[in-house]
Amino acid sequence: MSFEGLIIIMVSAAIVNNLVLIQFLGICPFLGVSKDMKSATGMGLAVLFVMFFATLVTWPIQMFLLEPNGLGYLQTIVFVLIIAALVQFIEIVLKRYIPALHVSLGVYLPLMTTNCALFAVTLMNVQKGYSLIESVVNSVGAGLGFLLAMTLFSAIRKHIENSDPPECFKGAPLTLIAAAILSISFFGFSGVIENLFG
Amino acid sequence: MNNTKILINGIIKENPVLILLLGLCPALAVSTQAENAIGMGAATTFVLVCSNITISLLRKVIPDKVRIPCYIVLVAGFVTLVQIVVEAYAYTLYQALGIFLPLITVNCIVFGRAEIFASKNRVFSSFIDAIGMGAGFTLALLIIASIREIFGSGTWFGMEIPILIDNNIPIFTLAPGGFVVFGLLVAAVNKFSKTKARKDFGCKGCPQAAVCGKGDIK
Repeated sequence: MSFEGLIIIMVSAAIVNNLVLIQFLGICPFLGVSKDMKSATGMGLAVLFVMFFATLVTWPIQMFLLEPNGLGYLQTIVFVLIIAALVQFIEIVLKRYIPALHVSLGVYLPLMTTNCALFAVTLMNVQKGYSLIESVVNSVGAGLGFLLAMTLFSAIRKHIENSDPPECFKGAPLTLIAAAILSISFFGFSGVIENLFG
Repeated sequence: MNNTKILINGIIKENPVLILLLGLCPALAVSTQAENAIGMGAATTFVLVCSNITISLLRKVIPDKVRIPCYIVLVAGFVTLVQIVVEAYAYTLYQALGIFLPLITVNCIVFGRAEIFASKNRVFSSFIDAIGMGAGFTLALLIIASIREIFGSGTWFGMEIPILIDNNIPIFTLAPGGFVVFGLLVAAVNKFSKTKARKDFGCKGCPQAAVCGKGDIK
């Protein structure tokens, strides 16, 4: 795969097919942890970080362990367990060797175990038949897209908090409608790939 | 709580999607067509029933400290079963649901009910609870999907609707439409029903707060 191909995968994963705003993955953390900018970026970075390692681990297991032995149907169980174990492992390693990073990401790591965005990206890498490098690029792109969406949305929510909507719109409904508007703006990127590389 | 109450509780009073605001990823992503909504609802209900029964049966056997990994393995097992069955007997649905079928494994509703209900209650109540929650999830999905399909594609369960079929608004079937329809529905629930939707998406009231054991994120 050429360098240009990798760039296309990255841009498409980060912006054109944004994980949250276009594909509806990871909505729970997107709406739950976006109240202030600091936790939003923390969560986004944690997802990016774990996504990278999860792909590095799950892809070889799928290709060299499950598929040659005809165990493809075990994918769901194996991937979920690997991610759960990996998250614990990352937490222990960070705590021991990079305490500074553990302080900033530690709170969000346990949330990763049942994060659907993370799980979905590892599955999609296999479904789309990407090579290891393509998978890693796709995961990093998707993670960056998640981080971008989280950061943008936390900034928007600051303003929502100060607004005065009708009683029934307070809280969740208004947040969802703001998410819709952000999502519309991401649809503006839909022709980017064809125009840049086509 | 008696069994009828548990059932109604899941469908209306604590509707997982419209009141508790859980399981939003599949609720928004799959709800472009009423047919897919029913399929997704049925698949999730099946997993929910199986996991609730098993976890309730094993509630005295599973050690408290490793209960979350145990739930994960059980749920993932049932999801794999559903995946194989749907792929074999309903291939169009399998393709329509795509990645969201394996993602039932990490659906917060399934985990939430295991943690909140099945691990503390008897088998039959857990079974009823799963049916109620599953029905509530399916109902919510069906409502969202009906609105999106009728206005977005001018059809309902594939049947063409006069006038709307020629004047459809495609944005309803796209991602922004999902957010808007769901937001308006939650607002309508707040306005017209006695039980209000959860105000906030934070850790408070989220069953996953137990899964991650923290709950101190703003």
